[in-house]
Amino acid sequence: MDTALQHRASPEPMTAPAPWGRVRRSRHVADRALKIICTLFTVLGAFVLGWILLMLLVEGIGGLSPAVFTETTPGPGSQGGGIANAIVGSLILTVLGIVVATPIGVLAGTYLAEYGKNSKLAEVIRFVNDILLAAPSILIGLFVYMLMVQPMGGYSGWAGGVALAIIAVPVIVRTTEDMLRLVPGSLREAGAALGAPMSTVIIKISWKAARAGMVTGVLLATARIAGETAPLLFTALNNNFWFNPNLMGGVANLPVMIYQFALSPYENWRELAWAGALIITMSILALSVVARLLLRKDKVR
Amino acid sequence: MSTIALNTSSAVGKAAAGNAEAPVRIAVRNLNFYYGDFRSLKDINLDFYDRQVTALIGPSGCGKSTLLRTFNRIYSLYPEQRADGEILLDGQNVLSPSIDVNELRARVGMVFQKPTPFPMSIYDNIAFGIKLYEKLPKSELDGRVEEALRKAALWDEAKDKLRQSGMSLSGGQQQRLCIARTIAQRPEVILLDEPTSALDPISTGKIEELIEQLRSEFTIVIVTHNMQQAARISQFTAFMYLGELVEFGPTTKMFMNPAKKQTQDYITGRFG
Repeated sequence: MDTALQHRASPEPMTAPAPWGRVRRSRHVADRALKIICTLFTVLGAFVLGWILLMLLVEGIGGLSPAVFTETTPGPGSQGGGIANAIVGSLILTVLGIVVATPIGVLAGTYLAEYGKNSKLAEVIRFVNDILLAAPSILIGLFVYMLMVQPMGGYSGWAGGVALAIIAVPVIVRTTEDMLRLVPGSLREAGAALGAPMSTVIIKISWKAARAGMVTGVLLATARIAGETAPLLFTALNNNFWFNPNLMGGVANLPVMIYQFALSPYENWRELAWAGALIITMSILALSVVARLLLRKDKVR
Repeated sequence: MSTIALNTSSAVGKAAAGNAEAPVRIAVRNLNFYYGDFRSLKDINLDFYDRQVTALIGPSGCGKSTLLRTFNRIYSLYPEQRADGEILLDGQNVLSPSIDVNELRARVGMVFQKPTPFPMSIYDNIAFGIKLYEKLPKSELDGRVEEALRKAALWDEAKDKLRQSGMSLSGGQQQRLCIARTIAQRPEVILLDEPTSALDPISTGKIEELIEQLRSEFTIVIVTHNMQQAARISQFTAFMYLGELVEFGPTTKMFMNPAKKQTQDYITGRFG
């Protein structure tokens, strides 16, 4: 038998083991306390969100009826009515916003991740983008009012779409850049090593590898602008009619409709506001779920 | 498993046949390389022979990967890196600004340490490189993809799932896919940057066997940390240390009877 083995087997160890109970009681208490506090606040957050959703469901479902989806918003004092014009108007504004914002956001994000990297210009753009990301949305509404509503001589869906686009762009820039940065550099090198020019590497390899994340970014930006109210107050405004084919003279939309109807003295208006709030929340929830599913599917692959 | 072991051991036998009569394919002359201000290759002079496997060995940071990355100018992706001197590929200096890097990279293919399949199907992974240079009708493209997969010993495993993602393959298969992608472009030279260091022994055996087969058609330069691998698969070996070429010669001589003490110390595991 070798000596090392004998040592381990011997009943008396070389040094006495440390006594039990060296961990102070306060450490256990602190450990437990942090866990409890964190859990408590998480529950609080979830509770508030659940409350909002529950309230929406209770109040909103009562207001839902086929007429909500077929009739236009009622005038003051008239009975019944729906919010079909506001739903369609919101769809138009959101689609307009995202169609304008997506190419700008994706290309700017691509510049930052693939070309600009750590250059001075890229750093400046990144900084400005972060400011835009946090800019008060009412300010963007005012900006577009000066830029488009005044020169064009009236409220319009175009101005509303542009205001929403300005809110969506920084979100898309940020997610596009983040997702492209997750693409390993070795993949780009491998593309270049086959003799692919940088443009081919970006379009065929980087974009393809980051596709799910980039689409998610666009979906999240869509969810973000679908519920924006402030930028539309000065641009698309709201009215009780179907939109003009040229989108001039204001376009009915859900957020501003909710804002106006919820504060009104008419019972049927307030009910419609609840129904609109429920519809918009469910749409945003659906978009977010789709975005998450896309990302998860990508990770599994 | 036994066949692989057999094949690699037979490769050792063949590897002994270093042919210094072969024409020089790549001639490196007074090559210096800089990362910013740091000079990482110092006056390298070295010849690579046609259709021979040359192994670059040396401890980490000795410059062997850097040297490999000058042959296809892949370093030029990074603005702070530059090289001076000459690398003559069939007499043409590839470092000259008049050489089109994309064309150079079709002639000098490269496979990396970690497998890098593109996020697309197995078929498209290979067609990607071909399409960059040639517009082929579908049937011809199919043929080229099959040829490349066969040469990379991946056809039997991949022929029924050409439309599946390249990422669905195992690590060793992915690396052979990358080799297939490179040879599909019909290069003259293949650069391998530690191609088996991320693979298990069985996959490593397959890649080594593949390199032995590819030698009949391509000039191969391989960077490896594995001394036994260098001995098994290469005909020539270059030992580098601290950015300098210490010794170059036929692999058998380098391993049996090195001229420099440094080489002997490294090969016998005394440092590095």
